[in-house]
Amino acid sequence: MNEHDFESGDEIAWCPGCGDFGILSALKDALVQLGRTPRNVLLVSGIGQAAKLPHYMNCNCFNGLHGRALPVATGAKIANKDLTVIVTTGDGDCYGEGGNHFIHAIRRNCDITVVVHDNQIYGLTKGQASPTTEPGYVTKVQLSGTVLEPLHPLETAIALGCGFVARGFSGDMHHLAGLMAAGVRHKGFALIDVLQPCVSFNHKNTFAWYRERVYRIEEDTEYDPADKTYAYRMAAEWSDKIPVGIIYRAARPTYEEKTGIDGMPPLNQHEIDTIDIETIVTEYA
Amino acid sequence: MEITVRIAGEAGQGIQSIGRIICRAIKRHGWNLFADQDYMSRIRGGNNSFRIRISDTPCLAPREKTDILIALNRESVAIHEGTVRKKGLIVADEATDDVTATTLRYFNVPIGALAKASGGKSLYENSVVCGVITGLLHLDPDAVVNVLKDMFGKKGEETGDKNITAFREGNRYTRDNYFSDAFHLGRRQYGDGIVINGNEAVALGAVHAGCKFYSAYPMSPSTGIMASIARFAKRFGIVVEQAEDEIAAINMVIGASYAGVRAMTGTSGGGFALMGEGVSLAAMTETPLVVVDVQRPAPATGFPTRTEQADLDLLIHAGHGEFARVIYAPGTAEEAFSLTVKAFDIAEKYQIPVFIMSDQHLADSYRNVTLPDVGALSRQRHVIPTNGQSVHPYKRYALTGSGISPRAVPSWIDDVIYADSDEHTEEGHITEDARIRTLMVQKRFTMRMNLLSKEMTPPSASSLSRTEIVLVGFGSTCGVMQEACGSVSGMNVGYIHLPQVWPFPAEEVRTLLEDAPEAKIVSFENNAAGQLARLLRRETGIACCDSILKYDGRPFTVDEVVATVKERYSSL
Ligand SMILES: Cc1ncc(C[n+]2csc(CCOP(=O)(O)OP(=O)(O)O)c2C)c(N)n1
Ligand code: SF4
Ligand SMILES: [Mg+2]
Repeated sequence: MNEHDFESGDEIAWCPGCGDFGILSALKDALVQLGRTPRNVLLVSGIGQAAKLPHYMNCNCFNGLHGRALPVATGAKIANKDLTVIVTTGDGDCYGEGGNHFIHAIRRNCDITVVVHDNQIYGLTKGQASPTTEPGYVTKVQLSGTVLEPLHPLETAIALGCGFVARGFSGDMHHLAGLMAAGVRHKGFALIDVLQPCVSFNHKNTFAWYRERVYRIEEDTEYDPADKTYAYRMAAEWSDKIPVGIIYRAARPTYEEKTGIDGMPPLNQHEIDTIDIETIVTEYA
Repeated sequence: MEITVRIAGEAGQGIQSIGRIICRAIKRHGWNLFADQDYMSRIRGGNNSFRIRISDTPCLAPREKTDILIALNRESVAIHEGTVRKKGLIVADEATDDVTATTLRYFNVPIGALAKASGGKSLYENSVVCGVITGLLHLDPDAVVNVLKDMFGKKGEETGDKNITAFREGNRYTRDNYFSDAFHLGRRQYGDGIVINGNEAVALGAVHAGCKFYSAYPMSPSTGIMASIARFAKRFGIVVEQAEDEIAAINMVIGASYAGVRAMTGTSGGGFALMGEGVSLAAMTETPLVVVDVQRPAPATGFPTRTEQADLDLLIHAGHGEFARVIYAPGTAEEAFSLTVKAFDIAEKYQIPVFIMSDQHLADSYRNVTLPDVGALSRQRHVIPTNGQSVHPYKRYALTGSGISPRAVPSWIDDVIYADSDEHTEEGHITEDARIRTLMVQKRFTMRMNLLSKEMTPPSASSLSRTEIVLVGFGSTCGVMQEACGSVSGMNVGYIHLPQVWPFPAEEVRTLLEDAPEAKIVSFENNAAGQLARLLRRETGIACCDSILKYDGRPFTVDEVVATVKERYSSL
């Protein structure tokens, strides 16, 4: 398999220069590195610019409702534990409309990888504030600047006990592909929040703005993703320096292990025409 | 021979377990029963009751009057005494009630004292009460002990033994102190079949149909379905997941269904409202979906533990946009079972949302039933079979002209599968093309509605020739309509019960009514608007001349329906 095997040929509808292109390339690269075949990969998305990504790849795709990618991915993984399930979602899709699912999907810890295209804006609906928009940022709706405090997805994920918390930058595709591959290899819920410039609606967090700040966390001499205190500090670092890389990592039993799904053939391969309920019916006699 | 026993007390006193034990004992003695529950939305206190109607002829609905009232607290006597027949009996604990002397009407049993003597815990009071009822009805104590063993068997030997001691004490006390033979049931023959309620019937249907994933958010009165499936999950390799909300539940089910398993969710009106967008998603992505709505009185939180049939309009219109759907409205536990199996078949065959509309009365009422022959119910999978078949290039939404695009499961074929909630091409990619849009709408909606008209679950009806009045109902009113029609003296009253309300069986209803050209047609519904009457008129042009409606949160009783019919129509 090479990257072309993961291309779909569907016409790409993103703005030229959008940070989403880097994420698309990185994901193909990661799947090649992982040695996956298209038919065994499922990409699930909601609605938004980010959520269009699965159409541009040659993989199984479920492009569902705004905010609801995580429950669909959960159901699909439960039905077929052998699928590699990856969610491509936006900051609005995942942290806003789907915020409740984000919290509980981490608690559930199914073996899925979630790639959030975090452009700190609602791209598809033309530039309203998202849960990660910086306070004060002016939009056509937030005329006096965004009032709400931003959500901190990485700190939230660490606090919820997520076993793989990473930040990537769509301007550093090679590094991002490595994070994605590591996320897929991680057993359990893996979150990769990707700094994704939106060239049309986010005039602050641009490629240039990020390039001045982003550094690879592995280069830090104190780097220790197993240390939660360190991880919180790195997750919160958002100044003239912004770390990218695996920020927190911990082994946790997965949902599939705890529920016994891992010990059976995939649910979708169970024969159903031989199911005999006679024994349970007699329990009501 | 017919007796109604009502067990009443406050929440937390174990009324439901007493009721279930007695129901199963009665069934095993060869009697028919119908038991409904009236309970409040609270865990302790208040007043709940479990009413068991017992008869040598089939019982399909509750009766108004009580023959034996078992009052587990003083308040229950005050609340229910009025329903007790002249020759009826009130049983109470002398410690908790002012009624001290045992007479023909009052029987005082030291329930608490007997329980303490048996095991030291008030926990065993329920078993004492079962013993008392066994004594009054002259049931075989050993047979009832077997029921107790079956039900408490798993709770460990010691608890089981103490329950049996308490039961025997209650039975002995009754035989020694209550001498009337007024309620002698005894044994007819061993009763076959089972005792289940509507929720359990749906759960058994789902397990039989091969449901592998059930996800829901707890909501009365639907939670019993989740609990019943959970009970059997390990044995059948089923995953039951309590979702964070109903939106998650329906989307998880859609994800699982897309990935190739049969999956279901269940809720009540409020949760169903939250699922609306998911219903529409299933329709657009052509993902099979089965949803149970166990209705309760609304709007908003309404009466969490009571009954109503006011979600008919909601279910017909749920989800934005136009698409085909099927709505079943089972009237009995047997129908709830077989229509659940059928729901999975139809959802998969036509790749559509299918709803099972139940309600608290059906969900919580127990009856002795014999499940329909499962051999007659199809479990055929409607998917392109497994094992990497070469279907290349695969088009998930192929326009085949038949109204159905063959459905493949991810990783089972060698190509990939795109499912999309946007309007899409045959391949499943986003499009805004006008011609494709038109063809896709026709496929999802009109073509499938036509196909579904050939899969109709027909109405059931009494013989309608020479009837003066025809009652038309759907769902849980089936039994009470049926019994009431046979009990109105001096008038010829018939009924039509609709186990499927969408697509509406217009032809079938018209044909049935041809037998009764002169009859007055009356809709019979647990709602205030007469939603079925409106639907009937819209779909057939047939107008009801009246509607019998009840929306106080309580089910109809046979007596009440007979009285209403006589009062309103005998002078016609
Ligand atoms: C239920 C619902 N509400 C609102 C929308 C409109 N909507 C589509 S995408 C979107 C926000 C997208 O933002 P984000 O998830 O950050 O994705 P981006 O476009 O920025 O990649 C909104 C509000 C919708 N499709 N569905
Ligand atoms: S609006 Fe922004 S996020 Fe959307 S495609 Fe254009 S640049 Fe990318
Ligand atoms: Mg965004």
